Amino acid sequence: MWDYTDKVKDHFFHPRNVGEIPQPDAVGEAGSLVCGDALKLFLKIDQKTKKITAAKFQTFGCGSAIASSSVLTEMVIGKTLDEAACITNRDIADALGGLPQEKMHCSVMGMEALEAAIANYRGQGTALPEEEEGAEIVCKCFAVTDKKIERAVRENNLNSIEEVTNYTKAGGACASCHWKIEEIIRRVHQEISAKPKPPGTKSLTNLKRMQLVQETLDREVRPELRKDGGDLELVDIEGKVVKVRLLGMCAGCQVADFTLRDMVGKKLREFVEPDIEVQEIKE
Amino acid sequence: MSEIIYLDNNATTAVAPEVLDAMAPYFREAYGNPSSMHNFGGQLAHQVQSAREQVAKLFHAQDTEILFTSCGTESDNSAIRGVLEAYPEKRHIITTRVEHPAVLSLCAHLEHRGYRVTYLPVDSRGRLDPDQLRQAIQPDTAIVSVMYANNETGTVFPIEKIAEIVKERGVVFHCDAVQAPGKLSLDMQRIPADLVSISGHKLHGPKGVGVLYIRRGTRFVPFIIGGHQERGRRGGTENVAGIVGLGKACELARKHENEEKRKISELRDHLEQELVKKIPEVHINGDVEHRLVSTSNISFSYIEGEAILLKLSEQGICASSGSACTSGSLEPSHVLRAMGVPFTLIHGSIRFSFSRYNTQAEVDRVIKILPPIIEELRAMSPFWANRPGK
Repeated sequence: MWDYTDKVKDHFFHPRNVGEIPQPDAVGEAGSLVCGDALKLFLKIDQKTKKITAAKFQTFGCGSAIASSSVLTEMVIGKTLDEAACITNRDIADALGGLPQEKMHCSVMGMEALEAAIANYRGQGTALPEEEEGAEIVCKCFAVTDKKIERAVRENNLNSIEEVTNYTKAGGACASCHWKIEEIIRRVHQEISAKPKPPGTKSLTNLKRMQLVQETLDREVRPELRKDGGDLELVDIEGKVVKVRLLGMCAGCQVADFTLRDMVGKKLREFVEPDIEVQEIKE
Repeated sequence: MSEIIYLDNNATTAVAPEVLDAMAPYFREAYGNPSSMHNFGGQLAHQVQSAREQVAKLFHAQDTEILFTSCGTESDNSAIRGVLEAYPEKRHIITTRVEHPAVLSLCAHLEHRGYRVTYLPVDSRGRLDPDQLRQAIQPDTAIVSVMYANNETGTVFPIEKIAEIVKERGVVFHCDAVQAPGKLSLDMQRIPADLVSISGHKLHGPKGVGVLYIRRGTRFVPFIIGGHQERGRRGGTENVAGIVGLGKACELARKHENEEKRKISELRDHLEQELVKKIPEVHINGDVEHRLVSTSNISFSYIEGEAILLKLSEQGICASSGSACTSGSLEPSHVLRAMGVPFTLIHGSIRFSFSRYNTQAEVDRVIKILPPIIEELRAMSPFWANRPGK
């Protein structure tokens, strides 16, 4: 049983804008009958203002697929094409008050249908996954390309194969492409971290700092420590001082100071802020 | 929400009131441990023994051939792993592509441990080819594990014949019969199986108790090792209340078998006939002539099962689906895929499964509620209006 929000239920039981638009200005399709969900989005667009004046959908799929389609039509009506093009899968999920992780691919399908419709209007046409330029099919079961996976990882900050599957379906069946997905995740994260941060980046809010510290510890630090049977937990963050407790083999380790200063500290300075400090809390 | 109409009895069943009454004292006053030296606990060994005899009767077996476990999955795991350990030199297992995950996932796990597994295919109605089974048996085949009736489609395998083929070659035969009690014969005088699994909660007994029938003389190494319980074949303090409940449930299953089979099959057939009449492009999955009386697996093309279930659930009707979205995995039913059912039909498959507590009025309500749901979802589907052959 999925834990759907009231918003999802509302859009599923009372879907808005169901059906076709006769002589639409744009049509966008995503998904397929084989995969278990598909969405066809119809748009009416004002030629002068480039505003979307009407949107309708047809969906084959589960509750969250229908709800994502329905809410998407509400989101795009009244927007210009340029504004609509900025809608991400995250926006669709947020508009529904969130989706179960395993269902995030429904919001991705909404975004893809919208992009396809906009491309259709602009006369760009949309390529089938296997024809997309420079793209390679990674997941053969669900025909998902490396481009699509890369984008999902980048835009949603995905860290695991499971998350990639939740968002794109890739790797959800035979599992033979898992190693490729892992490689893409690693590559995208390297690209993100390699990007030089603009100098004089404005100071982080406390909330954002906490979030980044936690993410960096989970992604960059703890897996390394665990390799040696150790671990750490985040105890507190005061200003720019991060307080952690070393666990397992790390606790009482001869080189604990070194671990903190040169490994944990370095990672936090790299991924969070250049002037952040680490302090160990002992029992 | 409106009153519940429970048509998901292959998933689990309501505990029979007689079963609950039989169990209650063992939660209240008689809470002792059957292994204790004092009379307060020790006397409970008699209750466990009576339950064992009730279960043995269902199997036409001796009470010493009945082993109590915690669930069907434990029974399946105990059977397969217990036999593999008893024959360490044998490295080959035969099963089918349509087994329950309790067997399939275990086999996949064992493959990683160096065992070879043959997964027998089924045809479009879900039937096995006995010749393929015969040919699959190898000199180092340790065990053949084939289910009695499929939980998703209800297709019944000719288990007596299958067991005979396996025994002719001197190989151990295990049968997952979790869906069988009360609906199919479990006469171990006729079916030459060595090991058979059943589960309490599928026959109006409680959850948390199962049975493994072990034919006398079968080589078997215990799976759960601990105390001397179950004659040293399964450690762990007996689930006395659960065991008593399961004993009672087996007695009731035997008592009501014939009358129930007739009533349930009438309800099931009525539902199918009416739905086929009222809804276009409906497909019934499974081997219609050899099927559990309780089960109907119906596909509604061009729509998706979870959406149907959500709408049914809103009206209090409980069923299940083979669609990907309900599995939590993304992959639709392995059973329907093994049968080669097209994806459009798998995604829109719904299983209704009945019990002795269902009524004609309930079925009539489903017949009334379902057709408009299907119509509404199809009107929303991009594939329905443009379907081939329209």
